[in-house]
Amino acid sequence: MKEDLVLPAQREQGAGADGEPLLQVSGLTKHFPVKGGFPIRRTVGQVQAVDGIDLTVHTGESFGLVGESGCGKSTTGRLITRLMEPTAGTITYRGRDISHASRKQLAPIRSEIQMIFQDPYSSLNPRQTVGKIISGPMEINDINPAGGREKRVRELLEIVGLNPEHFNRFPHEFSGGQRQRIGVARALALEPKLIVADEPVSALDVSIQAQVVNLLQKVQNDLGIAFLFIAHDLAVVRHFSQRVAVMYLGKIIEVGDRDSIYTRPRHPYTHALLSAVPEVSLTDEASGGRERIRLAGDVPSPISPPSGCRFRTRCWKAQDKCATEEPPLVRISGNHEGHLTACHFPEEPTIEAREEDIVLDPALAALEEPGPDAGAQG
Amino acid sequence: MLRFLVRRIIGAVVILFLLSIVTFVLFFGVPRDPALLMCGKTCNPDSIANIHHVLGLDKPITEQYWIFLHNLVAGSSQFAQGPCPAPCFGYSYHTNDPVWNTLMDRLPTTVSLTLGAAVCFLIVGLGTGLLAAWRRGTMVDKTATAGAMVVSSLQIYFLGPLALAILVYQTHWFDKPAYNNFTGDPLTWFTGLIIPWVVLSTIFAAQYTRMARSAMIEQLQEEHVRTARAKGMSRQYVFFRYAWRGSLIPIVTIFGIDLGSLLGGAIITEYTFGLPGLGQLAVQSVFFSDLPLLLGVMLFAATMILLFNIVVDAAYAFIDPRVRLS
Amino acid sequence: MSTPLLSVRDLHVSFKTEDGVVRAVDGLSFDLERGRTLGIVGESGSGKSVTNLTVLGLHNPMFTTVEGEILLDGRELTTARESELEKLRGNKVAMIFQDPLTALSPYYTVGRQIAEPYMKHNGASKKDAWERAVEMLGKVGIPNPRQRAKDYPHQFSGGMRQRAMIAMALVCDPDLLIADEPTTALDVTVQAQILDLLKDLQQEFGSGIIFITHDLGVIADMADDIMVMYAGGAVERGTTEEVLRSPQHPYTWGLLNSMPRLDSDPGAQLSPIPGTPPSLLNPPSGCRFHPRCTFQDRVAGTGRCTTERPAIGSGRASACHLSADQKRTIFIEEIKPRLG
Repeated sequence: MKEDLVLPAQREQGAGADGEPLLQVSGLTKHFPVKGGFPIRRTVGQVQAVDGIDLTVHTGESFGLVGESGCGKSTTGRLITRLMEPTAGTITYRGRDISHASRKQLAPIRSEIQMIFQDPYSSLNPRQTVGKIISGPMEINDINPAGGREKRVRELLEIVGLNPEHFNRFPHEFSGGQRQRIGVARALALEPKLIVADEPVSALDVSIQAQVVNLLQKVQNDLGIAFLFIAHDLAVVRHFSQRVAVMYLGKIIEVGDRDSIYTRPRHPYTHALLSAVPEVSLTDEASGGRERIRLAGDVPSPISPPSGCRFRTRCWKAQDKCATEEPPLVRISGNHEGHLTACHFPEEPTIEAREEDIVLDPALAALEEPGPDAGAQG
Repeated sequence: MLRFLVRRIIGAVVILFLLSIVTFVLFFGVPRDPALLMCGKTCNPDSIANIHHVLGLDKPITEQYWIFLHNLVAGSSQFAQGPCPAPCFGYSYHTNDPVWNTLMDRLPTTVSLTLGAAVCFLIVGLGTGLLAAWRRGTMVDKTATAGAMVVSSLQIYFLGPLALAILVYQTHWFDKPAYNNFTGDPLTWFTGLIIPWVVLSTIFAAQYTRMARSAMIEQLQEEHVRTARAKGMSRQYVFFRYAWRGSLIPIVTIFGIDLGSLLGGAIITEYTFGLPGLGQLAVQSVFFSDLPLLLGVMLFAATMILLFNIVVDAAYAFIDPRVRLS
Repeated sequence: MSTPLLSVRDLHVSFKTEDGVVRAVDGLSFDLERGRTLGIVGESGSGKSVTNLTVLGLHNPMFTTVEGEILLDGRELTTARESELEKLRGNKVAMIFQDPLTALSPYYTVGRQIAEPYMKHNGASKKDAWERAVEMLGKVGIPNPRQRAKDYPHQFSGGMRQRAMIAMALVCDPDLLIADEPTTALDVTVQAQILDLLKDLQQEFGSGIIFITHDLGVIADMADDIMVMYAGGAVERGTTEEVLRSPQHPYTWGLLNSMPRLDSDPGAQLSPIPGTPPSLLNPPSGCRFHPRCTFQDRVAGTGRCTTERPAIGSGRASACHLSADQKRTIFIEEIKPRLG
């Protein structure tokens, strides 16, 4: 492992041209052991939370990671910020392998990668003033901005839209949205290059959510900070991210630019996910509307995920090949540049309504088809 | 479930083993020589050395410990006082009686005291707690809560002598506390223990009142309790079938700890009322630096606590299917 | 039309807390017709959940004051005795809660929890009620229902638990089903299944549904009529079409403008509602939305928004001092273009 990963002087010059990979992740894997057995407890299985994912975040870019619960998106965020140790794979930050870097080796990089958490209530220490919370990272990293830390804290509060005079207050004196702003200010304190935002707005009310999304967008544009934006809300991710990856059971199953994922998806799961989002339709419904796909059941357990393609147990196109052969994440024919799909039998690149809805849920199928042999699946 | 219990029992044995080592080491670390207490007025270095030799205290500590373990498991016929079948803790330095027999002699007193009191404080304490929770916010609740608060802050060494002074010495309403064998005469067994039971269970009942009330109130605010109400189940049904079931977990936990430690010897209660139980024995053994007795009492008390811990864990599985089926 | 299934008239609900009196619902009126779905949308603290607990009398009477009328089939519920309410709950009126993991008891099997209300309200035997529970589990799409009825809730997945909850709510074929954020805790693909299931089952059971949510997308999918709530009162109501296509209240505009959609222009900025929802301990005077409203200076008559609380009529209506013309032109000229 390399010593002296970076000198403080080097840091300022390191900012490369736009589009240069800031963060590169390859084969990233995290397995959590499952304990059991008798009489001595031992590891009897693995929760394959993240299982060999590749992704790249470029300087100043916002990269979205969507998926349902248990898909491993939050674990991915924690691995990248090195709050967790990866089981396998490499995380390369600006050309340096940080996958297993020690605390000491990470120290200079810690300030460049910051995290924003979901819950604005539990992620701030209730016994510290806002000033202390925001200046904490500066103290830990021994950074003394010109004009002193207090001045910097006031600046940061101003940037995130809070009253700079409130630096002496405690978190409980703020509303949920304001607390999330404090979390943003804390993340900005060290002038990071990359912010990993894990469900930053999902605990907030709709009207407040928009305030925070706008703030993050402003931060991203004005300060040129790259974002790894992790969320389950597809509309919010679409709004915030230039490129998007869709995760399912620890794998990235499709990745591409916003347009490819949202209007020209190829993976059946992406289709199902998009079609499941309930939408306010404000436009006149002349264009036939969106396709309707209703999967059956819930996501299977990541302890023993299905062989081959992990989505095959809920997929209407699955064939024998899907069980034996894991589809690689590649650019399949018809995909735009940079749009990769992991599927043996991809769908048409459109989200328009189909001739017949795909309803796999047996209860729905039974209720919707009046015929005697109801329950026929698509 | 069975596997779980077996694992817990193995764990308990390991803990007992470690505890006996700690007791041994501490005993020899204390600068009090049992021989000095035993040799009386005619003490001289020779007689002390002789006592040391008779007691085996002149052997290295590791060898002494090995002999102790061996005797415990296999028994011994090496003692001057006579044979000592397993589980052999040896003979008391002070009284020369076999330790195991002494323990067994004292046990009925402690068991009678503990179980009698437990019946009282469970009925009174849980009953009052449930009533307070059922009528939350009313005068009944407020009175019960305030009363429980006051009583649970009392101490046995205050309440005990007070009860004795009023109920026994002044009014002569009750007999002076004493232990009489149950098989001999159940009535005198009962009258002799009634004051200790009342005093001990008063303080515990107050604690159980507070615990039952808060556990029930917490459970009644659970969402699944609200769901049951929304289904049209009656208040009584929801109270006893849904909320009570959830309250059992904390109550059983505390009850297991209390019962285990009381069975190991209710030291203060026994001392206050002069009852010859295991608690008194523990005090004696420390007072006379009586190593065999001390080890016996300690390990017996620890066994009780560990045993009830395991019982509590098994009870969890009974109460909560999430434990049973995991 | 005959009497509505549920009619709420000038409902006031307040709680006593340590800090003072919280006026959670303040002068709310609405009707629900048989077999229709009313979507109540609002943010946390808008009073939408409280309203519905009050309908079933599930509020804590010690700390809560309820005034006004709640008429179910013309029968007054606010003054009804507990024993009468017990007969209605789970029978004529059933509820589905947000988090099925905490809303189902961990100590009893799923089958038993479904069978309980059926035994109580229909006087069915244990065996018949169990059969009914198995049948209901099958209806909501639990595979192998006879076997799964013997399982405990923790052995079910999140989506299956919510299905079991629905089975429990519908077991007595209620006239009114109150669903309080029933899909908020679920994943989006599971949410879609559950929403469709509810719609399909409504066809079969013919229940009226009150569907409470904070998600306008869900409401657009589910509801026939919408009522938008803010700080304890209704600010806008109408059919789903009316409220979403030509909203009249600045708060509704704000909600629509602050929500990213799959078909909106991704480059456009969201237009959030400034400020935060008010404390109901000390709600603002006049129109409760006025501290966050950017249109109050257009209202004729100075200071009206801060002094006079706008009333909301029945049918298609909104509680705002802007004139009908203003509402229409502001929406078409200023709000709609921003919706992308």
